Amino acid sequence: MAIKGAITVDTEKCKGCGVCIPNCPTGTIALSKEVNSKGYNYLYMANPESCTGCTNCATVCPDAVITVYRVKI
Amino acid sequence: MDINEIIKPENKVYGKSTVLKDAVMHYCPGCSHGTVHKILAEVIEEMGIQDKTIGISPVGCSVFAYNYLNIDWQQAAHGRAPALATATKRLMPDKYVFTYQGDGDLASIGTAEIMHACNRGENIVVIFINNAIYGMTGGQMAPTTLLGQVTATTPYGRDAKLNGYPLKITELIAQLEGTCYVTRQSVQNPGAVRRAKRAIQKAFENSMLDKGTSFIEVVSTCNSGWKASPVAANKWMEENMFPFYPLGDLKDR
Repeated sequence: MAIKGAITVDTEKCKGCGVCIPNCPTGTIALSKEVNSKGYNYLYMANPESCTGCTNCATVCPDAVITVYRVKI
Repeated sequence: MDINEIIKPENKVYGKSTVLKDAVMHYCPGCSHGTVHKILAEVIEEMGIQDKTIGISPVGCSVFAYNYLNIDWQQAAHGRAPALATATKRLMPDKYVFTYQGDGDLASIGTAEIMHACNRGENIVVIFINNAIYGMTGGQMAPTTLLGQVTATTPYGRDAKLNGYPLKITELIAQLEGTCYVTRQSVQNPGAVRRAKRAIQKAFENSMLDKGTSFIEVVSTCNSGWKASPVAANKWMEENMFPFYPLGDLKDR
């Protein structure tokens, strides 16, 4: 059984600290080139197909801006 | 599979706790305070004690903790959070009372209060954020600053001869008869966050069992004060803080 995941990011509240990125086991996430209204490079899914919905990124996020979804297919 | 098919409410596995308010935290990007606030909110939500919890916020960066967690709060004078918590818990023994203090607040100006509250065995939870620096005032040396660590007031590194030795306050508190649970945790990776969360939950449970004070140190980063990126600060903490402040339970009874 395969597992697919996805995240949504509250881009206005993301401060672009990047603490989540080394904790992603599949290299799914990265900081965007665009900035939010505060000037932070916010988080986005650079490789959405590799996300497993493991919740590692959201667990370490200091600002609780990541919501994780997971499905079994 | 299309992403919009995955992002549906029924597939949600992790999100912001309802105990956390929508306010954007004023902490610097990557600050450990945010992560500890988050797991504290999750524990309060999972235990269903939102209307029975009273927090005492300190002086320091986390003075505004009352803006972020949707529970009852008091704000104490510098270092005096354990005194306020003592009074609150004694007057309202059915409430879960915790203090949230930094190392400048707890280990420096508030040393007397924390020592005596723990020695009396007050049934409170103490969450102690140790980032080895005075973060809010601009990165000055704190009692917990490591030897050789460069801060605003020790520009050539902390020198034991001039500045004394780093204070292992958690080890001191573990010696006191009044404490039932003394542990040292961190929040730099998912495993550490989950362990810290379990420790906070256990401490809250202890506070209703009349066992004494539960004390949780969280070894944290202050990337602004340490002049490092959040990721580099986490690495510096693992390499320099953990050998001196080893993680794990110091006391559990």
